[in-house]
Amino acid sequence: MSDSDEAVTSDAEHETDGGERPQTHTIRLELVDKPGELLSALHPIADNGGNLLSIFHERGNLTPRGHIPVEVDVECPPDRFETIVSALRDEGVNVIQAGAERYGEELTLLLVGDIVDTDLSDTLRRIESSTDATLADLSLSAPDGRGGASSARLRLATRTGRTDEVFEHVHDVADEKGLHVVEPLVEVSE
Amino acid sequence: MKLAIMGVGAVGRSVVDLAPDYGHVVTAVADSSSAAVDPSGIDVDAVFDRKEREGVVGSGDPEDALDAEYDVLVEATPTTLGDAEPGFSHVRAALERDRHAVLANKGPVAERYGDLMALERESEGTVQFEAAVGGAIPILSTIADFGPSQISAARGVLNGTANFVLSRMAAEGLGYEHVLAEAQDLGVAEADPAFDVDGTDAALKFVILSNVLSQGERVYSLEDATVEGIRDIPASALDLAAEDGRTVRLIGEATADGVRVGPRLVPQNDALAVSGTRNIVQFETVNAGQLHLSGRGAGGPETATAILSDVGRLE
Repeated sequence: MSDSDEAVTSDAEHETDGGERPQTHTIRLELVDKPGELLSALHPIADNGGNLLSIFHERGNLTPRGHIPVEVDVECPPDRFETIVSALRDEGVNVIQAGAERYGEELTLLLVGDIVDTDLSDTLRRIESSTDATLADLSLSAPDGRGGASSARLRLATRTGRTDEVFEHVHDVADEKGLHVVEPLVEVSE
Repeated sequence: MKLAIMGVGAVGRSVVDLAPDYGHVVTAVADSSSAAVDPSGIDVDAVFDRKEREGVVGSGDPEDALDAEYDVLVEATPTTLGDAEPGFSHVRAALERDRHAVLANKGPVAERYGDLMALERESEGTVQFEAAVGGAIPILSTIADFGPSQISAARGVLNGTANFVLSRMAAEGLGYEHVLAEAQDLGVAEADPAFDVDGTDAALKFVILSNVLSQGERVYSLEDATVEGIRDIPASALDLAAEDGRTVRLIGEATADGVRVGPRLVPQNDALAVSGTRNIVQFETVNAGQLHLSGRGAGGPETATAILSDVGRLE
């Protein structure tokens, strides 16, 4: 990957135009098993001033979605790192984990019952605070207005491997409020 | 083979009707209060005429059928929970006489599996119960062919009534009560639908699957299952699911974690998202990926074919 060397040197003594010494980051990606996928996934790294140190391409091993996991070590100034991750996302590359932050799975679930009058904002706040899940999307359907049986569809972003824990907490919160949870059968996102 | 049939509901009657096609002779039938016994084969028309007119199948006691001459006892009385009686005693009577027992009744296999296997060990007779899980679908014989140790989990839809209600709600945007009433008119749901819509029926079937898959390592009963029904699912839940390309089905699971039945979100185009009264089971195999078996999971003739296949395996 010598073509990326032009952007950032690996010389720790040398300050880059990012203003700070480069650091090493690990990015985990998921790639579709198609020719050219790896190459197009690596472009945004070089284009944004990242220096590729190594690529671990786990061909033969599949993620729960049936994609190929790829681990990339990148050296870049800290302030460039977020730019690289967003550039990868803009290219349609699925970033599972970047640096210390894990972007794991997305879970979609339904809550049914008297959702509105049991304080929906409180329900959502507690789901978020009792787990490390964040609410990525919410749809509400309350055709009978307040008080009637209504439904909410929640999309939660969570760390890989934490889905059981998230469901447990969602159930706890729902039980307390007399709501029902409809879990997805397979706990991986599309 | 000579068959004694306990229970003359839709399933028992169908076994009586279809037995000659399979080369078997029905030597005894019994309902809850009476029995008809004839070692050379009962007069089917006379028996059912009498059932129609007088509410009894014959002048004997039900015990007479248990004492009759037969090779296989077919236990097709209604499923009961807890002690699973009187079905369990019927099967015990057959095994103690070293006769085979074929069950459509889920009670003894789900609630007293350990007792049942202990009786079978002491007997020359064999216990079969393909008809107790998924009607006409050869689920248990597939497990036997594959080998239970080669199957790591079973999931699926094994209650046609609940599946009918959910798939109609999703397709028509109608509420639960409305669709349930329609299902009752069509004869798809019982007057008292609790057993189906509360998930009990599906749970019993997945308890049986767990018993078979665990090969005696652990014995399950309904008590061990986590069960949730579909009564609380509003039409709006199915709408929200559909917006996202999903739907809700009453899904059962028999896995290493135990038995669980409840409404679950599944992709609309998922193999398990069958519509109407259709049943489906998905096996997770150790070496061969997923395997799906689908078909009619209830009904007299459908369940009778499973019983008669079991009888055939005993010949």
